[in-house]
Amino acid sequence: MQVLKGISFELGEGEVKVVFGPSGSGKSTLLRCINMLNPPDKGEVYLRGENITDPEVNINAMRARIGMVFQHFNLFAHLKAIDNVSIGLRRVRGFPKEEAREKALEVLQTVKMEKWADHYPAELSGGQQQRVGIARALAMDPDVILFDEPTSALDPELIGEVLQVMLDLAKAGTTMIVVTHEMGFAKAVASEMIFLGDGVIIESGTPEHFFISPKSERVKKFLQQLDILYGSHEKLLK
Amino acid sequence: MSDIPSLSEIIFYILRRGLYHTLLLTALGLLIGFILGISLALIRLYGAKELAWFSSGYEKLFRGIPLIVLIYVFAFGLPDIFWYIDPLELRLGGVVLALSLRSAAYQSQIFRGAILSVNPGQMEAARALGMKGSQAFRHVVMPQALRLAVPSWSNEYAVVIKDSSFASAIGIIELTQAAYFVSVSFQEIWALSYLILAILYFLFTYPITRIFGERQSKKLKKFGMGGG
Repeated sequence: MQVLKGISFELGEGEVKVVFGPSGSGKSTLLRCINMLNPPDKGEVYLRGENITDPEVNINAMRARIGMVFQHFNLFAHLKAIDNVSIGLRRVRGFPKEEAREKALEVLQTVKMEKWADHYPAELSGGQQQRVGIARALAMDPDVILFDEPTSALDPELIGEVLQVMLDLAKAGTTMIVVTHEMGFAKAVASEMIFLGDGVIIESGTPEHFFISPKSERVKKFLQQLDILYGSHEKLLK
Repeated sequence: MSDIPSLSEIIFYILRRGLYHTLLLTALGLLIGFILGISLALIRLYGAKELAWFSSGYEKLFRGIPLIVLIYVFAFGLPDIFWYIDPLELRLGGVVLALSLRSAAYQSQIFRGAILSVNPGQMEAARALGMKGSQAFRHVVMPQALRLAVPSWSNEYAVVIKDSSFASAIGIIELTQAAYFVSVSFQEIWALSYLILAILYFLFTYPITRIFGERQSKKLKKFGMGGG
């Protein structure tokens, strides 16, 4: 089955791309193609001019430069928060133990989780786990971070703290591709939004374009539905 | 020993004569079974098709033969091949082989199940960080699989220590054989000596399965390991 068809886009340094659309439209698959968790059968992905999809390329080295934040966090259950963040530095980047720990602690501070460094994932709330998940990706100093519906598994009262961290990152110039239905977040920081439907780009443009004058009926309807279901986190964005 | 011995004398006698071999057989059976079992599990999960077949065939074979038959085969079959080794050691070796080869079949299943029950998202997250498959397995999947295997593994310990009693059938002096000695020397109390033996086995198994079985299961649940 062909999931994605004819999708092509570019992402510049420091830009935030928001991908949204109905479930089953291929949003997650798109992200998973970008870091080759699901290698595409056809097509190419370039990172700073290097072809990731080239079979000759060292995919592990490439993945180390592409952060990923998962819908269900996927924190390593047997490791404390700090070790979740430092394991990539140690095992992939080859940092010595102490240096990795120091850096991990720093990164945990940027997601305001330093106090929870010695807690196991199961002892943390969903929002806290996801912040650790973001820290884990961030610690590797990636060229880009992929967010796969980072707040959709969270209780409503925990979404804000995660979005706040993501907003801070976006404003600090982190390059991000975010699959989300948080339109407030998109409005605030997206450089471009992409509406995906049935594996094709139905419409793309700036947040202004989408929220003021979307072209397709499908997008209009979808945005209305989102507004009814989720509202938007407007207050957060001031 | 003509007077009927006291309770503590019986207990002490059984332990003094039999404990060493019971623990030795159990430890070696479990240890060798562990090494073989984990290897078989890895082969079955990640090996080439022919090797996986071998592993699966091995499991079926050793689960389908009674332990006492394995003990007879190895204890009485080996001396013909290694005639120059001390017969007692050979018989011990035969029991160790029987216990460990059979335990390997069961431990293979334990570890295969444990590895499979590590949430696939864990492997994905590790690969997404840039770890090689082998690194992700070693640092993320295996540490969790080993923890997940502890409850079933403690059960396997209980099976092996109890089944080491079959060694008495070929005259190795372990707990059961020692209790047998008491029972034939003092026929008035033969039932008592076996009752004591039963209690001893229970004391060697129950606390372990309690701590490593039930408590570990609760702990794993708390840590959200396995499945979801």
